[in-house]
Amino acid sequence: MGFYIVQVLTGLSSAAALFLVASGLSIIFGVTRVVNLAHGSFYMLGAYIAYSLIDLFGRGGLGFWGGIVLAAVAVGMIGAIVEVLILRRVYQAPELFQLVATFGVILVIQDIALLVWGAEDLVGHRAPGLTGAVDIMGTPLPAYDLALIAISPVVLAGLWLLFNRTRWGTLVRAATQDREMVGALGVNQAWLFTGTFFLGSMLAGLGGAVQLPKGGADLLMDFNVIAAAFVVVVVGGMGSIFGAFLAAVLIAELNAFGILVFPEITLVLMFLVMAVVLIFRPWGLLGSPEAPGQKGQQGPPEQPLRPAPVRVQMAGVAVVGFLALLPVVAGPFALVLTVDILIFALFAVSLHFIMGPGGMVSFGHAAYFGGGAYGAALLIHYANSNMESAMALGPVLAAVLALVFGWFCVRLSGVYLAMLTLAFAQVAWSVVFQWNDVTGGDDGLLYIVKSAWADTAQSWVPFYLLTAVLCLSAMLFLRRVLFSPFGYAMRACRDSELRSHAIGINVLEQRWLAFTLSGVAAGVAGSLYVFSKGSAFPDYMSIPLSFDALIMVLLGGVKTLLGPIVGAVTFTWIQDEISRFEYWRFFLGLAIILLVIAFPQGIAGFGRRYLGPWFGIRAEEAQ
Amino acid sequence: MTLVVDGLFKAFGGVQAVNNVSFRLDAGELLALIGPNGAGKTTCFNMLNGQLRPDAGSIRFFDNELAGVAPRKIWRLGVGRTFQITATFGSMTVRENVQMALMSYHRRLFALLPRAAALYVDEAMALLDRVGMADQADRPCSVLAYGDLKRVELAVALANEPRLLLMDEPTAGMAPKERVELMALTADIVAERKIAVLFTEHDMDVVFGHAGRILVLNRGQLIAEGNPAEVRENDQVREVYLGAELGHA
Ligand SMILES: Nc1ncnc2c1ncn2[C@@H]1O[C@H](COP(=O)(O)OP(=O)(O)O)[C@@H](O)[C@H]1O
Ligand SMILES: [Mg+2]
Repeated sequence: MGFYIVQVLTGLSSAAALFLVASGLSIIFGVTRVVNLAHGSFYMLGAYIAYSLIDLFGRGGLGFWGGIVLAAVAVGMIGAIVEVLILRRVYQAPELFQLVATFGVILVIQDIALLVWGAEDLVGHRAPGLTGAVDIMGTPLPAYDLALIAISPVVLAGLWLLFNRTRWGTLVRAATQDREMVGALGVNQAWLFTGTFFLGSMLAGLGGAVQLPKGGADLLMDFNVIAAAFVVVVVGGMGSIFGAFLAAVLIAELNAFGILVFPEITLVLMFLVMAVVLIFRPWGLLGSPEAPGQKGQQGPPEQPLRPAPVRVQMAGVAVVGFLALLPVVAGPFALVLTVDILIFALFAVSLHFIMGPGGMVSFGHAAYFGGGAYGAALLIHYANSNMESAMALGPVLAAVLALVFGWFCVRLSGVYLAMLTLAFAQVAWSVVFQWNDVTGGDDGLLYIVKSAWADTAQSWVPFYLLTAVLCLSAMLFLRRVLFSPFGYAMRACRDSELRSHAIGINVLEQRWLAFTLSGVAAGVAGSLYVFSKGSAFPDYMSIPLSFDALIMVLLGGVKTLLGPIVGAVTFTWIQDEISRFEYWRFFLGLAIILLVIAFPQGIAGFGRRYLGPWFGIRAEEAQ
Repeated sequence: MTLVVDGLFKAFGGVQAVNNVSFRLDAGELLALIGPNGAGKTTCFNMLNGQLRPDAGSIRFFDNELAGVAPRKIWRLGVGRTFQITATFGSMTVRENVQMALMSYHRRLFALLPRAAALYVDEAMALLDRVGMADQADRPCSVLAYGDLKRVELAVALANEPRLLLMDEPTAGMAPKERVELMALTADIVAERKIAVLFTEHDMDVVFGHAGRILVLNRGQLIAEGNPAEVRENDQVREVYLGAELGHA
């Protein structure tokens, strides 16, 4: 009996940090509509800064708790600075663009933390007076857990007072419920947004700081917590603080007990919970539906698709000619890099297909890339298949995953859809990661050899040409589809679901098949990738790879067809150039942030505006 | 008889939005559904075109029962719809909006290779010509004036050669002169194609100028029905409208 009670209490105590982080994320999203990927980094900074402050202040009660509170405030200020210096410049950009900037912030903070606190994990200070254990019917519970359990309700009450008893809080609530109102605020908006970032980041910092005695501080905290925080926010319902509390408790308790019954499942348990909740309650436990037609679209309305003018076609031919001649002039390194670029360009184009014209944002597109990769790799390993048939059939696995996951995902919209794609991708990843007997788990599947004619040992040229032909054809095909009735119908469903229903379009079916087609294209990229690398790893399905694709699409420009290609080339190339430096993350992050500020409509959007007239792209009239 | 509505009910929580509504509508007829704000007009429309499932009642459209059928299936049976707040495809040109409806009508939505912009151009232009939007066919829909958007909606609604047209406040948000023009246009089209039209409208000039018959809805219930002269004289209607507006029309 005591054991179970302790288990419940342990769950409650681990819900505390989760709730703090998630409530901050939820508040920031609710008011500013920024999907703040860097929120996990603020959590990590909270832990590190608290560590240093407690060292500085001494480990008495005042030093410990003072250090924690000051660390939270410091992190709040860092969040406010990020808002003022970076995000404020890109609020007018297309939806979700801001998340690229926050991705840059993650990278910068990672290397700063590495520089300041070193690579070693830090063991947290024990809380003075709470170092012992409490006996609960014969089972010990760390005393500090009781303090953690008390923190959530206190913060929850504080937030309730703030939102219901102060003018500022009332503004925050109003802004969360009614986007139009935010625009009408004028000058006050800047103040509201900065304040929101301060509060949200402070909560993340507090979350990181209070878990210090239990979990310490390490450099993986940011990514580890961010996925969980999103799950909590989405399960609870975007913008609902009480929902976040409920969800944090639910997930922490399920984890506490899940680990007893079925330890293998803990990696995906919360994603399974999210998937189930979203399937039955598409807006989370306590969330409310987004007003239809009001998905926070920013910037000018998207322009009609026009066929490429002659000069653009000629530029396209020139690029193909360049790629064809590349093997003559370039060495093997350049060819290998170009193979990567081509594969990621196709991957990004496949994501853009559903994300731009389809209006369905996927945070888990690596599931299909990895699906194609593992499809091909498994065929090589278990069916003695040759390269050609593995490449052709590999994407079938991606298609199956996209059909199954897509069936659920297309029923949602906006950020909820994005989070469900992420959940499914995590489920797929953990199956690959844990099913050692078949997938090789973390060790991956090695020795995926090319056919003799395309073998690396002799030369990269044949494989390079194969990749170029396949990727270019697939990208051209997807482009063609966008100009076809199918592509138009997909865009129709995005522009106005109401009108689409009213002219006989089966919106769900249209979206579902579009999602699947995009998954297959990502699968083709993935199956090429395993042969180019000679192996398949769970990384090919992981969240970071999904995020890479997202960054490529947004950085390039989601509102132009060339955007994903430009984004993939830029991102892959910069990453390749920079990753030779010691603190390459810092510089990559900085580069991303600068690109975001310089090109708020994406790089291709910028190019379209300034080079478009020369290429004969006519400027569309604006309202 | 094109449409026979019998005993329609719909409640939202405690609000009985539509309460036992029955009426008939024949080909070539322009039937106005009027009533103060919140009377239940839009709710009626949403049941007729399938967006809402009625709590009870039947909707016969020729030989088909429409109650509870999905909007896209109702559209395929030949029911067109315009919305109170226009719903068009903002990233498409005016012509492409109509082409989109035509592609759906001709069941080409899953074609992956043909160029959509080259399909059904003549049909689309003919429809746009009919509503007076042919000269703006190439403009993006997102930049149109509101009155022009309403015309585009009308062209889109005509794309499937409907036998019944549902128009929820077709002239809301338009200038008075435009309103009369749009309703005159609608009346012409109805006459030439023998379509049945059900429309709601706040502008009494439009209602009494064009409707062949009028239904008056108040708090979900039909309180009067008849030709414009009869409705104008109806005491209950006068009471609902406080007499004022009906007098001069
Ligand atoms: N989706 C809904 N949920 C709850 N109440 C609704 C909904 N739609 C309409 N109502 C209520 O039903 C009544 C009729 O509304 P509506 O049909 O829009 O009226 P009208 O179009 O005549 O102005 C109103 O009281 C309205 O508040
Ligand atoms: Mg209405």
